[in-house]
Amino acid sequence: MKKQLSTLCAIVAVCGATLAAPQTFDFKDPKGVNNAVFKLDAPLEAITGSANGISGKVTFDPANPAVTKGKIVVAAASLHVPNSMMKEHLHGGQWMDVAKNPELTFEAKELKNVKTTGDKTSADAAGTLTLKGVAREVTVPVTLTYLKDKLSQRVPNLKGDLLVVRASFTVKRSDYGINPGAPEEKVSDTIDLTLSIAGAAVR
Amino acid sequence: MAFRHILQLASLAIVFAAVVLWLITGANRGWTKTSEPKRTLDEVTGIEGITYEKRYRPGCDFLGAALLGAGILATASLLFRKQPTPNRPA
Repeated sequence: MKKQLSTLCAIVAVCGATLAAPQTFDFKDPKGVNNAVFKLDAPLEAITGSANGISGKVTFDPANPAVTKGKIVVAAASLHVPNSMMKEHLHGGQWMDVAKNPELTFEAKELKNVKTTGDKTSADAAGTLTLKGVAREVTVPVTLTYLKDKLSQRVPNLKGDLLVVRASFTVKRSDYGINPGAPEEKVSDTIDLTLSIAGAAVR
Repeated sequence: MAFRHILQLASLAIVFAAVVLWLITGANRGWTKTSEPKRTLDEVTGIEGITYEKRYRPGCDFLGAALLGAGILATASLLFRKQPTPNRPA
């Protein structure tokens, strides 16, 4: 009886440790829904586009969201604007220089001001944002939504959890050497960025 | 028909065709677009996915280019003025 009880305790302890352990969420979305939207003001019409070539991994512990860390990568070649000539310019050397800088990355090193209500955590993610090969330390407000056991609803035959990450922030293109010669009367220095991504942790 | 008249008619036709095309494609007052975003909601995550569909929507730059082309043709037509006929002796 004692032996059975100790075995049961061991199983419970292992399960508990597994459940409490940080999970790694993969943000390469098979549905291709993940996106990053960018917007720059311009006189005739704001230049708005998006990128959906998103990948990366984030380690998240539902029991302790403050220790969240990870890296999100956006393929620069997936940047798209609705005007084909503008897209050519955007990918060119003066703007994003996609050939030389194929990735835009954000590496989160720590979360500050963490507030969790239910499955939703809001925080300020401090980390390194790299655009056009220029890396800068930034702090970005993020919202993390932990969706337990919801992976099967998105991808049948797969069991696991989902983590939805949303972030909206601005950067200055002059800080990253993105067409610094373009006058602000023609296109604003401020770029509004919105990230809406979901990652999956398979069990 | 005199060549200058052909040029003037061509410039009018360009303006008319450009304005009609601009109007029937939705009178886009922004830049010309060669694709349009289509948003689809992922109900599980609540994320709006964005895909692009190829669609041509001329904008103000298209209208401007058409007006410029028509103006060049109309100006060129002035080079082909009707030669004054010499007065016949009475």
